[in-house]
Amino acid sequence: MTLLLFLSQAIRIAVPYLFAAGGGVLAERAGIVSLSLEGYMLGGAFGAAIGAHVTGSAWAGLAAGVACGALLGSLHALCTIRFRADQIVTGVAINLFVVGITRFFLQLAFDSSSNSPRVAGFGGEGAGAWALAANPLVWLGILTMPVLGVVIYRTTFGLRARAVGEHPAAAESLGIRVSAVRYAAVIGSGALASLGGVYLTLDQHQFTDSMTAGRGFIALAAVIFGRWDPKRAGIACLLFAAAETLQIQLQGAQLIPSQFVAMIPYVLTIVAVAGVVGRSTPPAALGRAAD
Amino acid sequence: MTPERRTALEEALLPPLVALAVALVAGDLLILTYGEAPGAVWRLMLEGTWGNAYGIGQVLYKATALAFTGLAVALTLRVGLFNIGAEGQLAAGGFAAGLVGLALPAGTPMLLAVALCVAGAAVAGGITGAVPGVLRAKFGAHEVIVTIMMNFIVLAVLNYIVSAHLHVPETLHTPSINAGAVPRLADSIAAFHGSAANWTVLIAGATIGAVAWFLFRTRAGFEWRAVGLQPGAAEYGGVQVGRVWRNAMILSGAIAGIGGVNFVLGYKGYYEDGFAGGAGFLGIAVALVGRNHPLGVAIAALFFATLSQGGLAINAMVPKQMVEVLQGIVILAVAASVPEVRALVRAAAGKRRAAEAS
Repeated sequence: MTLLLFLSQAIRIAVPYLFAAGGGVLAERAGIVSLSLEGYMLGGAFGAAIGAHVTGSAWAGLAAGVACGALLGSLHALCTIRFRADQIVTGVAINLFVVGITRFFLQLAFDSSSNSPRVAGFGGEGAGAWALAANPLVWLGILTMPVLGVVIYRTTFGLRARAVGEHPAAAESLGIRVSAVRYAAVIGSGALASLGGVYLTLDQHQFTDSMTAGRGFIALAAVIFGRWDPKRAGIACLLFAAAETLQIQLQGAQLIPSQFVAMIPYVLTIVAVAGVVGRSTPPAALGRAAD
Repeated sequence: MTPERRTALEEALLPPLVALAVALVAGDLLILTYGEAPGAVWRLMLEGTWGNAYGIGQVLYKATALAFTGLAVALTLRVGLFNIGAEGQLAAGGFAAGLVGLALPAGTPMLLAVALCVAGAAVAGGITGAVPGVLRAKFGAHEVIVTIMMNFIVLAVLNYIVSAHLHVPETLHTPSINAGAVPRLADSIAAFHGSAANWTVLIAGATIGAVAWFLFRTRAGFEWRAVGLQPGAAEYGGVQVGRVWRNAMILSGAIAGIGGVNFVLGYKGYYEDGFAGGAGFLGIAVALVGRNHPLGVAIAALFFATLSQGGLAINAMVPKQMVEVLQGIVILAVAASVPEVRALVRAAAGKRRAAEAS
């Protein structure tokens, strides 16, 4: 029983990471740096609140959230691909922009600086395993990385995305339209990552200001720690979520201060990029605009 | 003005102007969605910032921290690195300044106490910057990733220390410092009464001057810029690129760290969890808009400080979050117009040269 409780709590925490990390893998494999996962998630969370509030339907919330994520992905793509803006700066700016715009419209739509009214959600009430199993987004989250693995390694689009991320000039000489592939990957990345925020809003039945609380960066850590591979990144998400769950369950015991458990993803990521145990190497053309 | 200088100046100045125009249009739209008149809101913003001494004081106070973090980011961009860790370095510096101020006996001469606190802030920020610097120089670990992760680690460690060991009960701040408080401008100029502006602004000015002198007037500064433009060529010319990268990250962290003095010694007199509040991330915007030039950084810091203070001034008409949206838009617009402007300006210069030759 305890194990079931542990697992369901870990999955509950892992789902938003899986969506966002999936978005990160998709964009970065195509060569576009994804510092804006946090912004996509927050935008998706807000869109879900608006959609669900206006229509009263969780599915409409989902659609609105994903539309927001895709829109933000398009903004990132337009700046970095069409205008060849610095990808890191663009990502940071999108995060700032989304925090501001969600607060602005939170005020405008709900006259509140902190949260939306209660909105519809998926599945049953409570935090039990059954409520979790009744939530379609949980299943979608679990399927994200396996499906992404197939897309990236077994489809034409995936092959092209990887080629564009490793060597855009060579890809172009083979007749691949580099910009088109990158647009698709980045917009898809925004839509996928936004599902993480959609899940949070529909799970908590409301949007709260800055509710993603750095989860996009944990997802980014999972992407890097997972060496830009869907399967490994998925395992990293589960690992980070398990550590968090352990910390929550041991809170009474005070064995390790919670701050140190929260640090685990970040420390592991630094260790991974420093190459102490198996160097984590990004796609070769990551961060470079195609000429 | 030589043609080269004209091209360089146009390349530097046009993107921020484009961004300003885009931000004005976006701001108008946001104001209109809220059903207010744009002209009235912009006027209120100017009056609430540059229209009275209190507003000017608040702008100076906010610009001080931004000048340090902006300078920190600009310095690393000059050597071809990107320090996203100014937020954590700023917090670490503020914390160390507070610790030194707590440890010093009351009655320590002010200048000595301030100097020791500033040194403490620089060391703490420098150590925070050294981690990504060394990992980059020794192992090739990408500094963007490491500095992002360092932000979370540093903020978590500081949160742990303050919440578990050093806080005044019921708060998330340390006890007040015994020595090292930096006087407010209002103590000598009564008109600034009530504003948080303090003499840390002088340290900021001196740091800007020192960085400009270092970058453009010293041999080491020349080497740093060479590494930023062409690391391969610099290496061939005998510059130890790895060492420059490491030192630049340390110096950058130290400068961001000194920024913490503004809040801890100049405003509250204690370290408070979360005081950095995004000033480190805004440093990226300041460096970008300031085009990585110390003077540009100073102007950009004033600009972003005006925006953030201006948000408070207009809050009665339009939610202050409007300025956060505008900050994001300004950064996006500058980043997106830099390559475009560069191409246009260079093409125009080429045409002028051709016309002169014929």
